[in-house]
Amino acid sequence: MEIGGLLGYFIFFMTMAGIYGVLSLGLNVQWGYTGQINIGVAAFYAIGAYTSAILTTPASTDHLGGFGLPFVAGLAGAMVLAGLLALIVGLITLKLRGDYLAIASIGIAEIVRLFLKNEGWLTNGVRGIPAIPKPLSSLIPGGEAVLFLLVVLFFVALTYLALQRLFHSPWVRVLRAVRANEEAVQAAGKNVLRFRVEAFVLGSMIMGLGGALYAHFTTFISPSAFDPMFGTFLVWVMLIAGGSGNNRGALLGALIIWGVWSGTEIFTAKLPEDWVTRASSIRIFLIGLLLEIILILRPQGIMPERPPRPPGLREVLQRDQAQGDVSS
Amino acid sequence: VTEILQLVLYGIVLGSIISLGAIGVSLIFGILRFAHFAHGDFMTLGAYFAFVGVVGLNLPMIVVFPFALGAMGLVAVVIDRSIYRFMRSSSPIIMLISSVGTALMLRSLIQIVWGPDNKIYEAGIKMPFTFMGLRIKPDQLTIVIGAFLLVVLLHLFLHRTKMGKAMRAMSDNMDLARVSGINTERVIFWTWVIAACLAAAAGIFLGIDTRLNPIMGWRLLLPVFAATILGGIGSFYGAILGGLVIGIVQELSTLFISPAYKPAVAFAIMVLMLVIRPTGIMGGKE
Repeated sequence: MEIGGLLGYFIFFMTMAGIYGVLSLGLNVQWGYTGQINIGVAAFYAIGAYTSAILTTPASTDHLGGFGLPFVAGLAGAMVLAGLLALIVGLITLKLRGDYLAIASIGIAEIVRLFLKNEGWLTNGVRGIPAIPKPLSSLIPGGEAVLFLLVVLFFVALTYLALQRLFHSPWVRVLRAVRANEEAVQAAGKNVLRFRVEAFVLGSMIMGLGGALYAHFTTFISPSAFDPMFGTFLVWVMLIAGGSGNNRGALLGALIIWGVWSGTEIFTAKLPEDWVTRASSIRIFLIGLLLEIILILRPQGIMPERPPRPPGLREVLQRDQAQGDVSS
Repeated sequence: VTEILQLVLYGIVLGSIISLGAIGVSLIFGILRFAHFAHGDFMTLGAYFAFVGVVGLNLPMIVVFPFALGAMGLVAVVIDRSIYRFMRSSSPIIMLISSVGTALMLRSLIQIVWGPDNKIYEAGIKMPFTFMGLRIKPDQLTIVIGAFLLVVLLHLFLHRTKMGKAMRAMSDNMDLARVSGINTERVIFWTWVIAACLAAAAGIFLGIDTRLNPIMGWRLLLPVFAATILGGIGSFYGAILGGLVIGIVQELSTLFISPAYKPAVAFAIMVLMLVIRPTGIMGGKE
């Protein structure tokens, strides 16, 4: 039992770390690559989760549903809808300076939260959506947790590889240039707004994917799962701790901070009885403190950003070396 | 018509509270160049400081009020010295993110100390005054008058004192202020004191009007930001005007849509403003 329980916890831990890894990668496209401050990660996370839930659940009288679509369609729908929301928000706010996006994004998060809570016909309000199917669960009886972990890890790997490829593309070079000096990029004839919106939409779509994975993992979602603490703040701490602008850092940060977050639960569980209700506040306080310490002592994170190699540098170096050899 | 006027009246009460918060956000933005996300939680903490005096020590609110403001000012300075000071040389965006962290730390501290339940300053219902069919509670009258007095005080401070002039100068042009020999760290010190005092006052007024709970300020942060943007970031009078407009429109909106979406109204006004005139009514900084 002890071993089985431990293994079960490990699988749960890794699955959640993987889902947070996806969110952290999504935020990395926005904050890490482009310098956009999205304090409404929870909104895109929740939209993704609810979209996939509604698309894949069997018919119910409590909420909109009955599409019963396969898991993959749910994921795709989640990404499309999160992307659409991001497109609208982005077109309005990305023309302006960064603070406005930050402020607008908490507004979006608040409205999405109110919407999910109040529009019962769609989301069943605070009672939430149950019975969200878990993919592949019938493949190995009793092994669905491991299988789902593999599914999550597959999507983490896929997102990571895609973003890693992208990181060395001209597109990201432009984004990084926009972050460093917008006027110069504009002077070079690039449509700055377009690049910004694209980055914002892409990041949000990845967050939507994270939300969908979460919905299928827990098989039950309600608005309380997407409060700003879990949906937004932890993700920010993860990315900043791991290393903004570094995809590997984003994943490492997700793993470590999820470990710290889960670890503090073990610690607060040992507190006396009347402190139990305050336990989660203590944990939030500690995570906040950790963020401040990182921002002061090591703002670049554990794995600092490494600029992508300019194209053909290796070739240039080799050529120079070859010429040097000839001349000497 | 009476119903509309009644809502406008409530809107002015709410707007006074939002204005006090928005002035602080605007000041901090003008001087330190970042959107202060912990401002809502400054309000909450100020309200709870007053709660200690009024309910814990059983003192009248009028006595407790200045002490609660002072305590909040002190807390703000301590936070600035221990956290934000180290980030001044990096980009303001880092301070913005850091202030989100501060916000969560303050809120969780409040929950640890006072618990998550609703609290009130004073039990019992007071009879509202009735004037030409309009009802207003004595508490609400106190709020509007209190907010007005604070604004007048601040106006005098900004225009009559050397420090106030230095603050306005720094808000207008940081580099020019610096070369003319203004001690920037001292200005920053006073900016935090004033912004935090106003936030505490807003929190206390909100607590008088409704109830105290650990997220009361965070819930008001969006309207406060909306008011700041509406009035023009960095503009003192714009913040007051913006606060009143947001307050009134939020209350009036309950005529048409579910009150559950009140915060969304503030957001809608803000977005509209950002699209039409991002510098705000009073033409603040972009």
